[in-house]
Amino acid sequence: MSGMLNVSSNPHVRDKQTTQMIMLDVIIALLPAGIFGIYNFGIRALLVILVTIMAAVLTEFLYEKLLHKAITVYDLSAVVTGLLLALNLPSTIPFWIAILGAVFAILIVKQIFGGLGQNFMNPALAARCFLLLSFTGKMTAFTYDGVTGATPLYNMKHGESYDLLHMFLGNTAGTIGETSALALLVGAAYLLIRKIIDFRIPLFYIGTFTVFAVIYTACNGGVDFTFIAGQLCGGGFMLGAWFMATDYVTSPVTPMGRIIFGICLGLLTGAFRLLSSENSGAEGVSYAIIFCNLLVPLIERITIPRGFGREKKKSAA
Amino acid sequence: MSILTFIGGVHPYDGKDISKDGLICEYKPKGEVAIALSQHIGAPAVPVVNPGDQVLAGQLIAQASGFVSANVHSSVSGIVKAIEPRLLVNGSKSPCIIIENDLEFREAEIKKPKPLEELTREEIIALVKEAGIVGMGGAGFPTHVKLSPKNPEDIEYVIVNGAECEPYLTSDYRKLMEDPQSLIAGLKVMLKLFDRAKGYIAIEDNKPDAIARIKELVKGEERIEVKKLHTKYPQGAERMLIYATTGRKINSSMLPADAGCVVDNVDTVFAIKCAVLDGRPLTKRVITVTGDAIVKPQNYLVRIGTNQSELVEASGGYVNPPEKIISGGPMMGMALSTTDVPITKTSSALLCYQKDELLSLTETSCINCGRCVSVCPGRVLPSKLATFSNRGDKDSFIRYNGMECCECGCCSFICPAKRNLTQAIKTMRKEVLADRKKK
Repeated sequence: MSGMLNVSSNPHVRDKQTTQMIMLDVIIALLPAGIFGIYNFGIRALLVILVTIMAAVLTEFLYEKLLHKAITVYDLSAVVTGLLLALNLPSTIPFWIAILGAVFAILIVKQIFGGLGQNFMNPALAARCFLLLSFTGKMTAFTYDGVTGATPLYNMKHGESYDLLHMFLGNTAGTIGETSALALLVGAAYLLIRKIIDFRIPLFYIGTFTVFAVIYTACNGGVDFTFIAGQLCGGGFMLGAWFMATDYVTSPVTPMGRIIFGICLGLLTGAFRLLSSENSGAEGVSYAIIFCNLLVPLIERITIPRGFGREKKKSAA
Repeated sequence: MSILTFIGGVHPYDGKDISKDGLICEYKPKGEVAIALSQHIGAPAVPVVNPGDQVLAGQLIAQASGFVSANVHSSVSGIVKAIEPRLLVNGSKSPCIIIENDLEFREAEIKKPKPLEELTREEIIALVKEAGIVGMGGAGFPTHVKLSPKNPEDIEYVIVNGAECEPYLTSDYRKLMEDPQSLIAGLKVMLKLFDRAKGYIAIEDNKPDAIARIKELVKGEERIEVKKLHTKYPQGAERMLIYATTGRKINSSMLPADAGCVVDNVDTVFAIKCAVLDGRPLTKRVITVTGDAIVKPQNYLVRIGTNQSELVEASGGYVNPPEKIISGGPMMGMALSTTDVPITKTSSALLCYQKDELLSLTETSCINCGRCVSVCPGRVLPSKLATFSNRGDKDSFIRYNGMECCECGCCSFICPAKRNLTQAIKTMRKEVLADRKKK
């Protein structure tokens, strides 16, 4: 026998899937929404997407280069962050604001806290909220077919008319990636089939919000299913429920914790969207998610699994 | 019949095809044999021979010291050369009785036991103890202890573990195919100990021919049933197997007997048959020599103490120099630094890889994806436990139920960030166990 043998701890075989492959799957799942956004809002939407992604990747690269850290841009997580942020921006956004958002997401939210896996808020959403507060006008200047207009969700809030079919298909005003519930659901189905995301968070999020909306409408002149469907399709709900709330890093790892997380999201989104005053924004998904991100350590602490054979209900022994 | 399983688990490449078809071939050692005094959990056996003594195959050479311990017998005839520490598969040097093999394989005289019908419970257990039988699936727990639970009348199930869920291993499968009658006879011996118990022979559904074969043979047997298991690793882990076959759950600090079960691996049940019906001690076992580095992968009936290098030679040597050699399967086996180690009662396989796939992997940050949590059959949080272990945070490790881990390796296998979760958790578990011993 020639050469030395490798000695290591078990197991000696590993699954093929890597972090990079998971991120690639998320990017693929976001393509329908992205492509629809470009179709809907034109070439400028494509430019916003490209600029934001490049800014995110470049920020990560430069930060790691300057601090002599291992370069991790190949894991594609910065691409996902950039893409998600872009899909949360209106197509009319000035490029410098998009770039500022990407830098904020990567530098302030992600890298300063230790890089991939260490951030306690979803970087793209935190950046969106930062931009919303700083540049409210620019961030809510939606145009559709060249005409400045309000989003359907805004109209719903103010009792104006909305077209449910258009909201489902997506040919309405809104941010680049949020308008088409259909395109987002196609991507979500892909994530579920590829087992990238767990059904628990979106299911309990959407379920709780629906129940909240049913009760809300029941208390305000009778259950209105068109209104509820409009709430589900409108704004950032689908994008948030399937792609942002399910972000691994900022959601609980325990199965029970994921259910609680989903319920909290549903309640908060309901409160922000339906119970807030007329003058506040129509959107509540982003704030609900980043607030619940902060609850994750607490949720995980109260849902530590007891281990096989130690579950509360004693099995027949 | 429904297919039985548990929650969690993984599906690694199974690699069984390369060794599953050839008949088990008997291999007689050409060189000296080194028989370890401690091949089991519990106190090491105490030698009853001295250097220079003449011994025969099957002769007692070391006696159990205490209840949780096991006898050791010579597997060849020859002269005791020395009693000295030798390197074992687990990487430690441990006392072995070295026997200069005279290549005649003369057998010690065998006292044929009384027929099974006439044996009492105590006599059966004494025969098992005398034969030095230990759990041959890997743990090496002395079988006579397992067969003597506090309340034998509470045992409702005797489960033969034929899952063989570790990839590449085919020794149990070959035994099931080639001599199922002995397996059933061994199970009947065990059932005689437990009047109320039903006997289950549990086999994964990737071995349909074995299932069909044994089903045919136990037709009409009232107390014996074949249980078809879903093929998934670690289906053969004791706690998972009990859950799959009976729906009962035991935690890490309970024994199978607490759930009314006795579980033994296929090879162990064969050994029980040989001991109680034929009066023969445990001196041989079946081992799979396999992997892409081996010219002719095969299953061997080998004598305990045989040098593993001899088996590589018998299998035609290496295709290419291997990068990694494992004693046991790829999920729970131990990597060897050399094949110059003796076979023990718990050696189930010698697996030789041309390439070590771990070499090309780099560990990256945990992204909290939860894959380790969803595959963990112990239902704990491997990613967190590994982090606590790396930080040396023993209290949190215990609070997060780290001791419920069965070290099966599923978490490391599935981790997309390629973290060595199992290794970290094992390290901390050892520390905690050592602390508990001190107290």
